[in-house]
Amino acid sequence: MAWLQTLDRRWIFLAMLLAVALPQLLQVRVPEKPTPLVLNVFRKIEELPEGSRVLISFDYSPSSEGELAPMAAALVRHCCEKRHRMVLMTLWPDGKPLVERAISRIIEGEYAALGLQAGRDYVNLGYRPGKEVVIKTIATSLRAEFPTDDAGTPLDDLPLTAEVTNLQDLDLLISISAGFPGLKEWVQYASSPLKLPLAVGATAVQAPQAYPYIPRQLLGILAAVKGAAEYEVALGERYPNLAIPERQDAVRRMAPQLWAHLLIIALIVLGNVAALVSRPRGGVR
Amino acid sequence: MTTATSSRVWWPICVLSAAFLLWRAAVPGGPGMARVYVKPAPAEADASSAGWLAARPDESGAVVSPARTAGVWVAALLTLAIFSFLYKDNPAYRFAEAVMVGVSAAYFMVAGFWDGLVPKLFIPLSQMEWGTVGEVGRSLLTLTPLVLGMMLLWRLLPRGGWIARWPLAFIVGTYAGIRLLSFLEADFVSQIRNTIVPLVVRDTDGLGFDLWASVRNGLMLGGVLSCLAYFFFSMDHRGWYGRVARVGVWYLMITFGASFAFTVMGRIALLASRLEFLFDDWLWLIDPLGKRPPPGL
Repeated sequence: MAWLQTLDRRWIFLAMLLAVALPQLLQVRVPEKPTPLVLNVFRKIEELPEGSRVLISFDYSPSSEGELAPMAAALVRHCCEKRHRMVLMTLWPDGKPLVERAISRIIEGEYAALGLQAGRDYVNLGYRPGKEVVIKTIATSLRAEFPTDDAGTPLDDLPLTAEVTNLQDLDLLISISAGFPGLKEWVQYASSPLKLPLAVGATAVQAPQAYPYIPRQLLGILAAVKGAAEYEVALGERYPNLAIPERQDAVRRMAPQLWAHLLIIALIVLGNVAALVSRPRGGVR
Repeated sequence: MTTATSSRVWWPICVLSAAFLLWRAAVPGGPGMARVYVKPAPAEADASSAGWLAARPDESGAVVSPARTAGVWVAALLTLAIFSFLYKDNPAYRFAEAVMVGVSAAYFMVAGFWDGLVPKLFIPLSQMEWGTVGEVGRSLLTLTPLVLGMMLLWRLLPRGGWIARWPLAFIVGTYAGIRLLSFLEADFVSQIRNTIVPLVVRDTDGLGFDLWASVRNGLMLGGVLSCLAYFFFSMDHRGWYGRVARVGVWYLMITFGASFAFTVMGRIALLASRLEFLFDDWLWLIDPLGKRPPPGL
């Protein structure tokens, strides 16, 4: 096993590349089963009456898009299927293009046949600086931070927001979060003080922070790409038109996850075996 | 690996890769790669799409967009440049890193100006009125961030740097006040409330016994108490108290392990996403979203 201790780490990088790339090239798919925390979010959106007002905050940047874009897309698709009205915003300056992409790709692209109209069925509030102060302010007055939507139209002139004074006029809050400001701040300044229903989608790094808030401060979590894949499966079971590979970005990315994790487990076991074998007998404890 | 060996390995790989790219990109009738097709947007489409929408190559009116095609090439080559660091540090990696830092800094400056200074300072300043007492009050309130901002920038001047401490004190004070209340409510009081759970959980009908929910609640409560015991240093960690603290250490280790595993999952997701871009948008080796007609059609 001596060769293992002197192994050039670049061979491990190459093995990881193959473990992730081959399932993608071969279009391998693995089965997913939705877990309760994901189903809580799914059921909440499903049970809201048609036309409910849902706020979705895209609190991430392009560097986290690989993890969070699939769940953002799945949540927006679900709102479109249920004809919920969406208020879209971001607390991250580089989140603006991601909101615009979700609108152009999903609301105006995939669901063009529904004829969803900006201002009536969805509103893009855009970005405001201030981080958690933005949440704290819109908890009492939406117009104090967003007097207009991102295109400059006053909120009073938009049918969707004309009747929204603050966060309490919304039926569900969703934060898709990659860090600060994100899910923690939405819990601290919206769901906890106002007792509002909040669901979050989080990066894998941030997800462990969210679990202590279950169930009173958060109704559910979509944890990383795994949570997004489970949500896509739940969506596909309810809406068969969404059970196609083109609408299941996260499911598609779970096969590379599986093989990469198997590789890592094998390497951890191998490394420990090598360390045990090479340890001198009766050596230092 | 010596430099000579490295060169012997890498030169053939580079030449083969270049030939492969040339074959896919430039050979007429070849498989093609990295071309982005667009079509004119309908008249009523959003102006932000700049008059062109993404299109499939076989759609009527679809043409190759040189700008978007160049964008795919730039993104792919910068991705490869960043990945090259895994082999060893090199000028291509450093170039890509510098581009990333520069572009990010410029983006944040522009976003800060248009989304921060303009709506929150310049527009309110341009709308100030001084007619009534109420208007004077609002105008003074509008001037406050301007004055505090100028005081903050004072530290750049050779003298009077202490003036910057006043707005800093204001920022620290208000921020601490805002954070303190929210932490107390959401992370202290509410977390204690979340820990008060029944150790014997009844079924929803109230007749049976939900074993797993009871075990889960018991484990959660045990974890909270043992971890608190570990972080309580006013008692020696010996005897029964030491054993409880030891259980707390196990809980912490399992938590760190779970966090590490989550981190690994996140990083692999990012790698998978980047490789999918290379295989799909750049090399056209896969087409998971059905953006192109099947080969041979």
